[in-house]
Amino acid sequence: MIALLLRDMTLAVRAGGGFGLGLAFFLIVVVLVPFGVGPEAAVLTRIAPGILWVAALLAALLSLDRIFALDWEDGSLPLLATSPLPLEAVALMKALAHWVTTGLPLTLAAPVLGFLLTLAPEAYVWLLASLALGTPALSMIGTFGAALTVGLRRGGLLMSLLVLPLYVPTLIFGAEAVRRGAEGTGATTPLLFMAGITFGTIALLPFAAAAALRVNLR
Amino acid sequence: MSIWEYANPKKFIATTTPVIPWLFAAAGVAIVGALIWGFFFTPDDYRQGSTVKIIYLHVPSAMMAINTWVMMLVASLIWLVRRHHVSALAARAAAPVGIVMTLLALFTGAIWGQPMWGTWWAWDPRLTSFLILFLFYLGYVALWQAIDDPDTAADLTAVLCIVGSVFAVLSRYAVLFWNQGLHQGASLSLDAEENVADVFYYPLLLSLAGFVLLFLALVLLRTQTEIRVRRTRALLARSRRAAPEARA
Repeated sequence: MIALLLRDMTLAVRAGGGFGLGLAFFLIVVVLVPFGVGPEAAVLTRIAPGILWVAALLAALLSLDRIFALDWEDGSLPLLATSPLPLEAVALMKALAHWVTTGLPLTLAAPVLGFLLTLAPEAYVWLLASLALGTPALSMIGTFGAALTVGLRRGGLLMSLLVLPLYVPTLIFGAEAVRRGAEGTGATTPLLFMAGITFGTIALLPFAAAAALRVNLR
Repeated sequence: MSIWEYANPKKFIATTTPVIPWLFAAAGVAIVGALIWGFFFTPDDYRQGSTVKIIYLHVPSAMMAINTWVMMLVASLIWLVRRHHVSALAARAAAPVGIVMTLLALFTGAIWGQPMWGTWWAWDPRLTSFLILFLFYLGYVALWQAIDDPDTAADLTAVLCIVGSVFAVLSRYAVLFWNQGLHQGASLSLDAEENVADVFYYPLLLSLAGFVLLFLALVLLRTQTEIRVRRTRALLARSRRAAPEARA
């Protein structure tokens, strides 16, 4: 399991892995928003939590189809399936690798981008906490979506259609936690809900992803 | 004699063919009757005026939009457990019906909301969760259409349907948390003493029955079509295999 995790992380970080692409995308989306809505600090402060969360979500979506596609193309996915490691564990490790290479950098970069959007000072803690708790759910749900569409020729677009509705609860609770944090009204409740979603997806979705992979490998 | 005998496609078609015209007729009578009754023989509401009458389309379509997904979930589970092809095809056949019902509920709601709330659309929990449900339907149908191999498609969409159900329920409550809404509470529930005034209630029940019948008729007919499409494909494939020998 550890070896698989390390392998996936190395593949993602080295050339052609697309590491950093998600981060750059995150930056560009956040930079584009003020051009769209105007530079007034009051407006930006108000919409910053939502923008940061939506941008993080889209950036995470960008690299999802790489989770299984490369292994599918070079044939290492059937090898993984026949290895002694259960396919559920493979799915979990793939999601973890995706999180370490996408979700974690996004979380760490978010406060910096918060400055660009003049996020309220009280909200930074909640932004970090909600992204750190929420991005694993994004990776796990995305792994499930990638497992569903791995055998398709142009699965990327279809995967967005499948995965984005599944992201809705995470997005609601995440953005709500940051918004309430900015206002200083009980942000722990949405945060707890989101933690529940995250741990729920980590507990259940590897099985669904593994089932989808088995069907696709048949 | 067990219910699973109807999972045989031949038996399924033989049993449902005589039933479908009757279902359509009954659905037509019930819906037309309920609408005429509701539109012309019930009084206007004292606050909503005649706009209240859209309830005869809005509530049944909204109910069927949700029930269709539940039916797809059950059919998907049956397919995953017992591998009856008819079950998978029934789930596939029901999805477009569900899409239409969801759209109908959203549009009739918008038409009602314009004079009543002064807006076509509000980010209200119920409205939002219906929009999300619509997106789920779209994804489900898109996944069916994207995969060539029918068994793979059936398996993957069944998994998607199960996961989607969990997330649809989750979204429903998440959205409730996110925004308090304009939409009134449930119009119909089994445990309420009186749901809506009796004058509106009976035509509504008739309309509901009509929508259920219409749904059954449409799904049975569409399932038959799916079965025949698959048979045609099998026949074509067989004749294509046989053709080179014929030429030789």
